[in-house]
Amino acid sequence: MLKINNLHASVEGKEILRGINLEVNPGEVHAIMGPNGSGKSTLASVIAGNEDFEMTEGSITMENEEITDLPPEERAHKGIFLSFQYPVEIPGVTVTNFMKTSINESRRAQGLEEMPANEMLKKIREKSELLEIDRKFLSRSLNEGFSGGEKKRNEIFQMAMLEPKLAILDETDSGLDIDALRVVANGVNKLKNKDNAVVLITHYQRLLQYIIPDFVHVILDGKIVKSGGKELAFELEDKGYDWVKQEVAV
Amino acid sequence: MELKDKLISSFMAFENRVDIDHPVHDIRTEAIKVFEEKGFPSKKDELWKYTSLNTLLKNNYSVFPKDEPGLEFKDVKKYFIHDIDSYKIVFIDGIYSSHLSQTSHEGLDACLMSSALNKPKYRTVIEKYFNKIAKKDDSLTSLNTAFSREGAFIHIPKGKVVEKPIQIIHFATGNEASLMLQPRSLVIVEENAQVQIIERHQSTTENAVFTNSVTEIFVHERAIADYYKIQNDKQSASLIDNTYIAQEKNSHASVHTFSIGGKLTRNNLQFLHKGEYINSTLKGITIIEGKQHVDHSTLVHHSEPNCESHQDYKGIYADKSTGVFNGRIIVEKEAQKTNGFQQSNNILIDDKATINAKPQLEIFADDVKCSHGCTIGQLDDEALFYLQTRGIPEKEARALLMYAFANNVLESVKIPEVKIRINKLIAMKLGVNIGFDL
Ligand SMILES: Nc1ncnc2c1ncn2[C@@H]1O[C@H](COP(=O)(O)OP(=O)(O)OP(=O)(O)O)[C@@H](O)[C@H]1O
Ligand SMILES: [Mg+2]
Repeated sequence: MLKINNLHASVEGKEILRGINLEVNPGEVHAIMGPNGSGKSTLASVIAGNEDFEMTEGSITMENEEITDLPPEERAHKGIFLSFQYPVEIPGVTVTNFMKTSINESRRAQGLEEMPANEMLKKIREKSELLEIDRKFLSRSLNEGFSGGEKKRNEIFQMAMLEPKLAILDETDSGLDIDALRVVANGVNKLKNKDNAVVLITHYQRLLQYIIPDFVHVILDGKIVKSGGKELAFELEDKGYDWVKQEVAV
Repeated sequence: MELKDKLISSFMAFENRVDIDHPVHDIRTEAIKVFEEKGFPSKKDELWKYTSLNTLLKNNYSVFPKDEPGLEFKDVKKYFIHDIDSYKIVFIDGIYSSHLSQTSHEGLDACLMSSALNKPKYRTVIEKYFNKIAKKDDSLTSLNTAFSREGAFIHIPKGKVVEKPIQIIHFATGNEASLMLQPRSLVIVEENAQVQIIERHQSTTENAVFTNSVTEIFVHERAIADYYKIQNDKQSASLIDNTYIAQEKNSHASVHTFSIGGKLTRNNLQFLHKGEYINSTLKGITIIEGKQHVDHSTLVHHSEPNCESHQDYKGIYADKSTGVFNGRIIVEKEAQKTNGFQQSNNILIDDKATINAKPQLEIFADDVKCSHGCTIGQLDDEALFYLQTRGIPEKEARALLMYAFANNVLESVKIPEVKIRINKLIAMKLGVNIGFDL
């Protein structure tokens, strides 16, 4: 589904991604781990189409189609979703209306009619129940004044509404309390099927106990330096990154 | 001939058309003298520093419109808020249009200034209110006063809650290559009465129109008056709107101004307080582009204790458009416990757009709560990216952010159909087709 080949990206002349290769197939769950500042969020951002980063080399394809020149919305229309590490506050736009606009713009791009209001409401109700979101949140301004955990839960609610093919969850677990983590992980698992894929960016293997990855990758300094199965996450949690760094140096 | 000279010399011709024995005519004669002495304002005037009338004044305006202009309702229906029942006072090229109007003398007067000036039964009301709060040393107001003859006359008697809004629409048809209009309106809301008014100036062609309008509004004890100005005229039309509001004890008055169209728009909006526990609201949304210019010059004069005023203006400026916000609050020594708030928030979409925002607080009382805030910024790129990742195209995402920025001004709009209409106008202006039912 997603193929990243020798991806280099820089910001303000500073190279942050230095040759990323990654292939994600339908039905798979990938975890990406790595120290602070190693480029995880940058990778997620570049896949989603953030123009702050300049892609200097490489290619990104989604279902065999090059997406490097597409604006973020068109990538979204192709089924790419990014759950932000730091969701942005948008005063004046309620969660509900945001979701309506978002869904209808995606439908419009596919040449579909607007979703009928009752269907929309039903969907909103269903998905907010799945993520145990209080209805009063839905009429609040998007992320404005939400707690850290509430923002993250709201991101997954949006994912549930948009039903992407590829969901990249950037540290969705950080900021969630134990119960919330379970609810959110459960939500992600319910949405998971053989046709879609999830990329989890995380620092903790706790999340990976709920959402079990098929692959774990380690990013160091803008490169994937090690990949393995789910046991790699335990090893990292246990030993830190130093041994990986040493391995790379050798 | 310069417009000033042309106007002064046409005053004599004007006198042939009105009753010069009416006491109002003395007021007109005084006013033309003030205008003759002062002329049009120039950039040398502190209050006109950022708004120049020079290009406007170059047109050779016809000052007396031709009679019998015609407009069919079906052609201008879209300019009305037509999905609600309302009274309508409609003018075409300055002349009352009976077939587009729906006036009333039943339980209230929603009619014409010309009949209020001509009919003896209105004599005492006119003497009591006419030109009592309009600024007598203001040149443009004086010019309007000198030529005052037609406009809306609205008188809501004690205790009357008017159940449907009153729409005042001034159409310009382009019958003349360029036309100057000077509507003069008077609104009196007696004790405990309530009224909602929607006003619009609208050209139907691209011919130049220059409107210099004056409205005096008197809001008596415990009365409520809500005024909505929809300024979405053609790019060939310019408007100077002078609105003076005097409020008595415990009254509420609000003016919402939506400035979207027009070439040059200047809103002089003044509130005078004549009692305690008065509430005044001044709100505006300005969204302009190209070379459009919108200038809001507001004044709330707090002269009594325990009153409050709320000013909230949002502006979005694209291309080379220019905005001015000159917001004044005066709090007299006697006006203790005044709450005076003022907010002006602006977004510049392009480098070449400008806004001159100048809050002026003159406070002479010591026990007051007054604040003002002025911000000038750009659209937040991070927010834009966030919206785009959710499948909302850039143009729509920008529009949504702009709308979100301005929309709290709409929260206090009490007529849902007006709110819907403004939403549509904003969406059209921003070139998007999304429902902003936030
Ligand atoms: N807009 C930017 N301007 C300058 N430097 C940036 C910018 N965005 C990211 N960087 C730098 O790029 C590097 C990678 O950042 P990134 O956010 O991708 O790290 P991360 O792996 O997600 O870290 P964390 O685990 O802390 O979230 C960091 O050194 C960061 O300071
Ligand atoms: Mg990060």
